[in-house]
Amino acid sequence: MEELSLLMNGFAVAMSPQNVMFMLVGITLGVLIGVLPGLGGANGIAILLPLTFSMNPTSAIIMLSCIYWGALFGGAITSILFNIPGEPWSVATTFDGYPMAQQGRAAQALTAAFTSSFVGALFAVMVITFLAPVLAKFALKFGPAEFFSVYLLTFCSFVGMSKEPPAKVIAAMMLGFALACVGLDTVTGQLRLTFGSTELLNGFDFLIAVIGLFGIGEILLTMEEGLAFKGKSARITLGTVWETWKALPAYWMTFLRSTAIGCWMGITPGGATPASFMAYGVARRMNKDPDSFGKGHVAGVVAPETAAHAAGTSALLPMLTLGVPGSPTAAVLLGGLLIWGLQPGPMLFVEQKDFVWGLIASMYLGNVVGLLVVLSTVPWWAAILRIPFSIIAPVIIVICAIGAYTVNSSMFDVIMMMVFGVFGYLFKKLKYPLAPLVLALVLGKGAESSFRQAMLLSEGSLSIFWSNGLVGGVSTLAVVMLLWPLWGALKSRMPGAGNPPRAA
Amino acid sequence: MNTTTLPGTVAALHDAPAPVEASADAHEQASPRAGVSELGPELAVAGVLMLLGALVVFDSLRIGMGWADDGPQSGYFPFYIGAMLLASSGFVFVKAAAGWLAARSAAAGQVDPLSARTFVARDELQLVMAMLVPASLYVAVMGFAGLYLSSIVLIAWFMRRHGGFGWPASAAVALGVPATVFVVFERWFLVPLPKGPIEAMLGF
Repeated sequence: MEELSLLMNGFAVAMSPQNVMFMLVGITLGVLIGVLPGLGGANGIAILLPLTFSMNPTSAIIMLSCIYWGALFGGAITSILFNIPGEPWSVATTFDGYPMAQQGRAAQALTAAFTSSFVGALFAVMVITFLAPVLAKFALKFGPAEFFSVYLLTFCSFVGMSKEPPAKVIAAMMLGFALACVGLDTVTGQLRLTFGSTELLNGFDFLIAVIGLFGIGEILLTMEEGLAFKGKSARITLGTVWETWKALPAYWMTFLRSTAIGCWMGITPGGATPASFMAYGVARRMNKDPDSFGKGHVAGVVAPETAAHAAGTSALLPMLTLGVPGSPTAAVLLGGLLIWGLQPGPMLFVEQKDFVWGLIASMYLGNVVGLLVVLSTVPWWAAILRIPFSIIAPVIIVICAIGAYTVNSSMFDVIMMMVFGVFGYLFKKLKYPLAPLVLALVLGKGAESSFRQAMLLSEGSLSIFWSNGLVGGVSTLAVVMLLWPLWGALKSRMPGAGNPPRAA
Repeated sequence: MNTTTLPGTVAALHDAPAPVEASADAHEQASPRAGVSELGPELAVAGVLMLLGALVVFDSLRIGMGWADDGPQSGYFPFYIGAMLLASSGFVFVKAAAGWLAARSAAAGQVDPLSARTFVARDELQLVMAMLVPASLYVAVMGFAGLYLSSIVLIAWFMRRHGGFGWPASAAVALGVPATVFVVFERWFLVPLPKGPIEAMLGF
């Protein structure tokens, strides 16, 4: 097994004292980010990214990915203790986690949540370990048409799988692509959409968009809710951990199903949030006693947490092998790779073996470290949430402003951050999805250049996307995903044909 | 925005009624509360997106969206992006407007689904503005006063006004956070942050 020996080398890289320290720092920062409203995985990493420019790439990505694991763990704490999902993917955890806390079983709920997160992530890392090299080897044969069809599938999946209205998904996505077009066209040297402004010459940095949309937008939404922090406190003792662990193997089917859902949703860009909802729904439907869900059922905590972590982790698989991230946070990490001078994609597995396998090994270690850290430090994190929002809110605004400024040392970016923040608030309230917007902004340049190259090869004919079995299959799948909502709409109108929808 | 009516204490911040349950079910019609209905924001956002889409299409036509001797021109890809943005946001706009017009021309008292849903209630809007207005001022002031001074003012103002904190606590946090930021960014990571005349006087 070539992978295993490479993985062992990776462990040697990840185990160096310096990298273990970065891992601990990353996990701690990540949990903090996950616990605080207004800071999440995507914008938290975006804010910290400029600080890592001077670090060596392997240590930097280990720290940043550990922030991501930490944020995934942290989201569960606020959901269970405060009924406030710190992250969108922990919304489903509140359904049964908070009732458990109200019944005085907070420690069990937290232990179950952390353990399921760990199991979900572990399975997903194993999937990455064995699938990534295969996929990368396969992707080495990709030409521009194949790459564009993968991009197309990514974006069409959003249309097919989002809960949001398809027109709004497409609008958000196209806005992202349009923003990515702003600035200098590197192929022809032509200026696009700058309208004579010098600030727009370099285009919109997606980090600014992420900080604004997710950070400022989230703070505005949180303000609206008035946020009464009336939480339960919790201390986890070894005894409760042991008791909970003894009960968990009974839920092995829930684990297995949720992991499968999570991995699938993470690799195709469904993301952690829909995965957690879907896993919760499936666990409930498959249970003998569905009515006990929502009243503090352990499986109601296990299912969404397992799926969210599995999806969050496996979102890194397409990011590493194809350069197509499966989630906004993976997109930010991809932006980091580009800044450190690494080109994500199949060549990474050939040219940067140390980096790739160091990262994969750090995923195993990071999740072990993460589990230990969160289990031992829960009371502190709960205490942080008792800090009044009137202190947290302005401090987070300051942190976001610093994050936006440090990307390019430009005041214009800070102003743009506020503009994106207002749009983030409006979009969230009007059900425009933010993830496709961010992904389109990140991948816009790549999608455009592969499209152009494909068009050059075929002299402007779209038939190149069906020129062989592989590219044709991916393109067809993309079209199916795109038309999926239409099929759903047709089906729902079938019985009462001719009935206008508003008559309902 | 009239800021004199803002709630002054943390109790007022927290006693705001829970927002209307944001239901995914479009048919569920919550009774509209005092505030802004969803129709206006829906039309406005779709309108802005249509405008942006038109702008992209227009600019792509200017730089050429066709085929040059050496391949696709610069406007080739953006043209279709702009067209799709225009079409999709146009669809949202027309759908919202059509629903409104249909309800208006139907029997009196009929309301279209978007007008029936509350986008943001008045008290919620006040809370949002209580954050948005100072944050926007903060960004505007940062341009010439630097990050440190404006952060001190923002944190202190927010804690005094909305947290009901006394001067000692407000001053401690308002000075402590920028001081920590200074040490972490300017000293440890050597990342310079925007500074104003006061910092210049102090020799930074």
